[in-house]
Amino acid sequence: IIPRGTWRHKKTQVKSRRGLRVRFPQKCDPRLTDEHSVCKTKENKTRTVHANILYDNAKGEENPNRHYANNKIKTTKYTLLSFLPKNLFEQFHRFANVYFVFIALLNFVPVVNAFQPELALAPVVFILSVTAIKDLWEDYRRHRSDKEINHMDCLVYSRVERRYVEKYWKEVRVGDFIRLRCNEILPADVLLLTSSDPDRLCHIETATLDGETNLKQRQVVRSFFDLDCDFDPTKYNSIIECEKPNNDLNRFRGYIIHRSGRRDALYKENLLLRGCTIRNTEEAVGIVIYAGHETKAMLNNNGPRYKRSKLERQMNVDVFWCVIILLVMCLFAAVGHGLWMFQYGDKRPVFDVLSPEGTDLSPIMSAIYLFLTMIIVFQVLIPISLFVSIEIVKICQVFFIHQDMDLYDEETDSHLQCRALNITEDLGQMQYIFSDKTGTLTENKMVFRRCTVAGVEYSHDPHGQWTSLSCHTRSPRSSRYLLLTDKPSSVLQEKDITPDPQLLDKVNECSSQMDFMRFHSQPMSQLPSDLSDIIDFFIALTICNTVVVSSPNQPRQKVKLSEGYAPPALSSSLITNRSSNRGCSSILSSPSAESTLTKLDEEKPPNLEHTFSPVPPCYSEKAWAVAEGELRYEAESPDEAALVYAARAYKCSLVGRLPDQVTVELPHLGKLSFELLHTLGFDSTRKRMSVVVRHPLTDQITVYTKGADSVIMDLIKPPNTGENSHSIVYRTQNYLNLYAADGLRTLCIAKKVLTKEEYACWLQRHLEAETAIQGREELLFESALRLETNLHLLGATGIEDRLQDGVPETIASLRKAGLQIWVLTGDKQETAVNIAYACKLLEPEEEILTLNADSQEACALLLEESLHYIQAKFLCSSADHAAKAFTANFAPFEIYPSSSPSSSSVPFMVHRLGLVIDGRTLAYALDKSLEDKFLAVARSCRSVLCCRSTPLQKSMVVKLVRNKLKVMTLAIGDGANDVSMIQVADVGVGISGQEGMQAVMASDFALPRFRYLQKLLLVHGHWCYSRLANMILYFFYKNAMFVALIFWYQFYCGFSGSAMIDQWYLIFFNLMFSAFPQLITGTLDKDVSAETLQQLPQLYISGQNSEEYKPYMFWMNMIDAFYQSLVCFFIPYFAYADSDVDLFTWGTPITTLALFTILLHLGIETKTWTWMNWLSISFSIALFFTVALCYNASCPTCYSPSNPYWTMQRLLQDPLFYFLCVITPVTALLPRYFYRACQGTLFPSPVQVGRQLDKLPAETRRNILSLSRVKVGSPLSTKPPFLSLAKPLPKGSNKTEKGSFPSPKASQGSILQTHDTRKCHKRSQSEPLGPKHSEKSLSDLYTLMSTEGDTLPYTKDSQCLDKTLDVSVSSWITSTPQTDSVELPPDRGSSQCVRYTRNSEEGLGSEPSVHQPGRRTEQRPEPASLTTS
Amino acid sequence: MIAAMMASSYNAKEEDGHHSGSSSHGGAGAVKSKKPDNTAFKQQRLPAWQPILTAGTVLPAFFVIGLIFIPIGIGLYVTSNNIKEFEVDYTGVDINSPCYSCAKNFSWNSTQSCVCSVNFTLEQPFESNVFMYYGLSNFYQNHRRYVKSRDDSQLNGDLSALMNPSKECEPYRTNDGLPIAPCGAIANSLFNDTLDLYYVDSNSTKTPIPLAKKGIAWWTDKHVKFRNPSGNTNLTVTFQGTTKPVNWRKPVYELDPSEADNNGFINEDFIVWMRTAALPTFRKLYRIIQKKSGTTPTLPSGRYILDITYNYPVLSFDGRKRMILSTISWMGGKNPFLGIAYITVGSICFFLGVVLLIIHHKYDTRNNSADIPN
Repeated sequence: IIPRGTWRHKKTQVKSRRGLRVRFPQKCDPRLTDEHSVCKTKENKTRTVHANILYDNAKGEENPNRHYANNKIKTTKYTLLSFLPKNLFEQFHRFANVYFVFIALLNFVPVVNAFQPELALAPVVFILSVTAIKDLWEDYRRHRSDKEINHMDCLVYSRVERRYVEKYWKEVRVGDFIRLRCNEILPADVLLLTSSDPDRLCHIETATLDGETNLKQRQVVRSFFDLDCDFDPTKYNSIIECEKPNNDLNRFRGYIIHRSGRRDALYKENLLLRGCTIRNTEEAVGIVIYAGHETKAMLNNNGPRYKRSKLERQMNVDVFWCVIILLVMCLFAAVGHGLWMFQYGDKRPVFDVLSPEGTDLSPIMSAIYLFLTMIIVFQVLIPISLFVSIEIVKICQVFFIHQDMDLYDEETDSHLQCRALNITEDLGQMQYIFSDKTGTLTENKMVFRRCTVAGVEYSHDPHGQWTSLSCHTRSPRSSRYLLLTDKPSSVLQEKDITPDPQLLDKVNECSSQMDFMRFHSQPMSQLPSDLSDIIDFFIALTICNTVVVSSPNQPRQKVKLSEGYAPPALSSSLITNRSSNRGCSSILSSPSAESTLTKLDEEKPPNLEHTFSPVPPCYSEKAWAVAEGELRYEAESPDEAALVYAARAYKCSLVGRLPDQVTVELPHLGKLSFELLHTLGFDSTRKRMSVVVRHPLTDQITVYTKGADSVIMDLIKPPNTGENSHSIVYRTQNYLNLYAADGLRTLCIAKKVLTKEEYACWLQRHLEAETAIQGREELLFESALRLETNLHLLGATGIEDRLQDGVPETIASLRKAGLQIWVLTGDKQETAVNIAYACKLLEPEEEILTLNADSQEACALLLEESLHYIQAKFLCSSADHAAKAFTANFAPFEIYPSSSPSSSSVPFMVHRLGLVIDGRTLAYALDKSLEDKFLAVARSCRSVLCCRSTPLQKSMVVKLVRNKLKVMTLAIGDGANDVSMIQVADVGVGISGQEGMQAVMASDFALPRFRYLQKLLLVHGHWCYSRLANMILYFFYKNAMFVALIFWYQFYCGFSGSAMIDQWYLIFFNLMFSAFPQLITGTLDKDVSAETLQQLPQLYISGQNSEEYKPYMFWMNMIDAFYQSLVCFFIPYFAYADSDVDLFTWGTPITTLALFTILLHLGIETKTWTWMNWLSISFSIALFFTVALCYNASCPTCYSPSNPYWTMQRLLQDPLFYFLCVITPVTALLPRYFYRACQGTLFPSPVQVGRQLDKLPAETRRNILSLSRVKVGSPLSTKPPFLSLAKPLPKGSNKTEKGSFPSPKASQGSILQTHDTRKCHKRSQSEPLGPKHSEKSLSDLYTLMSTEGDTLPYTKDSQCLDKTLDVSVSSWITSTPQTDSVELPPDRGSSQCVRYTRNSEEGLGSEPSVHQPGRRTEQRPEPASLTTS
Repeated sequence: MIAAMMASSYNAKEEDGHHSGSSSHGGAGAVKSKKPDNTAFKQQRLPAWQPILTAGTVLPAFFVIGLIFIPIGIGLYVTSNNIKEFEVDYTGVDINSPCYSCAKNFSWNSTQSCVCSVNFTLEQPFESNVFMYYGLSNFYQNHRRYVKSRDDSQLNGDLSALMNPSKECEPYRTNDGLPIAPCGAIANSLFNDTLDLYYVDSNSTKTPIPLAKKGIAWWTDKHVKFRNPSGNTNLTVTFQGTTKPVNWRKPVYELDPSEADNNGFINEDFIVWMRTAALPTFRKLYRIIQKKSGTTPTLPSGRYILDITYNYPVLSFDGRKRMILSTISWMGGKNPFLGIAYITVGSICFFLGVVLLIIHHKYDTRNNSADIPN
């Protein structure tokens, strides 16, 4: 269970996600991980757990468990005594705090003191105490929640009373027996010893740990499995040996040693983790293995992470500069003071007071002391309040982002979550987006689309939407996205499947035949093979998974069917716990009042149950409108559910799943129970899963395997039985290709019948593997490999994963915003490419470089060639500086420009090129020797698509781009496989979608949908960035301006460190008088309206280039600050020169003037004036005068040395004061105001143009924007029309600057665009020449197919075929599998045509072309690379 | 840091909200949805004024500023010019200066005062009240340690502070074991020249001009901030047990023995001195020459003699001493700077306005209508 403040107890419901970081182990190849060595080192590091009841006292000497942590948790950081020192110690870890305390303490040194020492402490004490109070409060909350958790009840077996007694959680110790009831939360990590469930199962919900809402099954330890009735703790005397506590949720290894000496292995399936909730299980008993802080949940509970934004990094550099400026100023003053002292020589003037001891100070010593004094006086230059203010502003920004209606998803009732609070402004500076595909770009709501069984294709036309199917399937480049996105969202779900009538008939026929055979006890093998394939196909779909069945009426109740066959309509009424049928279980439960209560609960009518069931299931994503009485399937992955639903549509439904048995209901045959012998779970290396069952009809041991086609196809039994099965495989592969081309996810279904001997042989070794402690995963893996061979192909399925709403539009506008979008997916190349086309990541007119290589050398060569190609192709079209950049490519470190890609000299242009690379090639390309080249190629492509990439590769790609290109990266994903990528990127975004919460937990921001990324980045990111950037700049300006006033004064007070500004004003100026307006502006200012920002994504580029806060701007601001302070100092100086004004009567107007100037400066920089801005500014001024008047009237003798009694009151009677107040701010702000006005007219930034657009009447604006959108999108416009708003300079002296809208990058793009289209024309003229023969061969192929499979829809429209042949099909033709070829240039007419072809194996290059389309690049992983136009 | 606090609570709220939301799905549907409120504030749609700074929008401001500032400047300048001011330096640096010998020989340790007189002529009569200042140059009354070297409690008549002055006064806190009253460097360096003004009429008779010594300090200083230690009316008794500042000739209760309410700490010359000047060149009000009734000018034009009791050495730090006679206006003393500044800034604004007008006409005209397609 996870503490940390956010506990909420609704009797049984414990929820906490904050602060929990679960480490998700990557499922990597066990062969690669060195398990053995790890195990060896850990060999003696095991934990031995005995039962506590064997010993008198849990803490007694003899109890071996006494050293283990107890279950009391304490997450508080402090105790009452340790709070102050510990908290201060922690706060002093911040450098800024140390600095400010140092300054404050310096005041206590008599020779140095500048201020009243107590007063100087005020700000720092204020800041420290606020933080301390916050920490205290948080700690108190933690303490309270700890207490609450520690005092929760659970049933622990008492040795004395010989029964289970209620105890507090904190009293639970390792080795205790705990009885758990339904819906209870686990107090510790418990090894499951018995369960009331007849199958010895216990269901748990792990939502608090990993956010996954589906139930997980946990099994009783094997040796206790056979216990018939009761588990008697007193008879338990085994010893458990297991691992030391660790934080890996998915790992638990150990064994239990019985008295008999028998050893039984323990798995993670035996362990119930703290924080999970028991579901669907009446009662379970277990022994505590890990308690308290040693539980896996607690070990996973790390604090929130802290990221530092780019802006903050930049800011820190400038803080450093401020320190330098401070030191220079102090040094200057010190030297000045020394000289000033020196000029008097020995004659000590009356005003140069001796030190308190009456001793004379030498000029040098005075100078040294003065240096320290000046550091105090000028301390304001290092803004103590800046850090606080930034935090406040960020919180407000997070609040507003959180409140945005547009980021709220009605469907799932979820909105954006900001999990990292301090990197909001990074959202406005992103340059690269790395996106997952499944679940991120797509819905991850799988819809079963088509299948092919035994080589026959069955297209499912749901709602008649695929009428123009053949055209679409052949033309992956054209308007696919229409097909994929035009469907009404949230209409289609996993279970909405309209069965194909033909197939349905066949299923019916088949099962009736089987029924007939069973009735007549004929052997099933007499069934025609295609029919048996069909039925096997559906059986495989139904049982080859880990889907849990539940009934909607009784949430989380496992559907139990008694052995008899019951009609489905009755199934809900039959939901009774089998345990009640068994005499002994009721005996077991009768002594306990609680368990009868639970049973009573269960016997309540279903509708009442809802009110009693304490935790309603959380199907936030799965809004299934389940009809009454229908079964519901809970699957770990949506594919599985889709397949099960599909099978059900064919009346082949899964009705129950037990660990050793799967019940399937078939038409005519009724319910069949398959004995489930083994489940070989899915892993990403094998890419398949298998179940071993005993077929009830044939009594054969059958293996059903389901997996990626690339692996299954290789495991298919070689066709020795004749042409038929060969052609089935061949045709299936064809269909698979077409499915993939259609963007469907493909799976192959295969089966294998084992003889008894084979099975026995395999079983023996498998059992060995299972019981092994060391290297078990590896052994199991090998065991699975042994089983999954020589499969018989049943068929394949195509599951559609629809694009999310608005994905193409979002991608288009993000791209217009200058973001490079890379898609990293684990899917295979065809699917990925097609989805990429569908979501407009790739565009039809784009050229695509495809990199597929199978060796390091080939990869190197490919990259080299691609670089040459890009170079050759774009050399002429791009400006010469780009060419220079390209020649520099080969000096590896000059390729990458510095972190600030100045808009004028981007050496790498992004061409209209797409790059597709597969996982294997990526692995080579990410090698140290090639990564530079890979990046050089990749960055000049407009979009990059990495297929078949592993989670690790994803994160490596992100890391590579981030570190090498020094760009801001954003990773977005939804699944556990994206976690590493999300963590590596500067900003990680999780999609809270179908695949649990793992990505969300690792992310900085969690979005319900991908399309919200547009507003999050373009609007909120832009706003946050520009607000914060402006605020930080303003802060530096403000402090510099204020401090410089005192600096100028040093020239008139003998550099003595005197300040004309009252020390109270000096200290509270930042904290009070000038604090609020900047916070308001920093929070609310909008430079451009949200609508315009979204309609003109180009405005985002300003953030990418850090245009709001460039290093020079800091200096410009500093210069302006010095100018303004000069004005604010010298106007009063001359106005009061040679008058009888006293020090503070002169200093107070200066303070006032500075305040006015600073506020008006903010006014100039404020773009949006809401009533809050007005209010805050007036409030600041009012506050200053109120405070000043009160302060100056309060005490005539206090506040030494200024003693400002009645000063302000007198000033307010003085007309001179008012005249000063008018002229000084005007003079001070004149240059800035004038500059802003000129800039707004002569060289407005894109953002300013956007603001001007905002000002226009809505109608006009809409016209302009719609016009610009059309024009910008069109390839021929080199200059969007809204540019006309920006006035070009007449003499064209400064073209890039004034024409910075669109930025050079964008204009380059459009130039290239025109270039491309011209080429396109050329190409289309010369096109038919090239692939003529292939065209012919392909049409041959299609005719062949159409004759064979009469249901094939692909040849219906020959026109479509013709139209798209040259585009889509040529890729298959050119991909001669044995050839390592880069066939790059499609513009055959031009002389720049470069063709790189390298035949690795010359002889094999001439395969029959008819065969080639059937092979897919993944299938034959020989070096193959293809380039299509 | 407050922010962080808000953050955590906010986060917690969000999480809780999330959970209650999700749990509501299957159970009671009464839980409110998490849909954000559609308020202008939360959606950042507050009505706002969005000024855009371009030449066109800004140039009226420049003209308006110019048009307002120039007349104000002229007014101020004229006002300042109408003020009559006369200044005479009597430091005695120059060998011809009457106070040369005084300046040369004098130091803080001198017991004898030195007297010198300066003749000067007023060309124009001074009509209204005339303020007589003494001015010091190069005197850093704003030195950090100097400014601090005083005890306001003592000056406010606090008896305990009188006997035990603040340590800020060091090293002018005690002398020979006795507390100094008034303590500190400021008091110690009190300006103690005495200036007397005589009008010399046509027949060379010296007519002393009456100089009012009261009313020169701030009212609040005289009546609130500075007080003699209460108790005995006799200041001599009150200040018993204290000693005079080292540089002083006479103790504080003898500053003006003639008038009880101008003696001790509430001596106005002393109060004026204690208000430390902002800049190293300053003047302090010394006396006021009240306007006589009738039409006769306060100071008619003619010859005057300034008698100086030269007690205050300034040459050691290269200082200067001046006597200034000045009338004042509603604006205070003579200072043409502000008028000039207003005129200058006004003109600059006007000029920039013209520049902006040109820019606007040249580049900005198409901005609003021409290029925007309808």
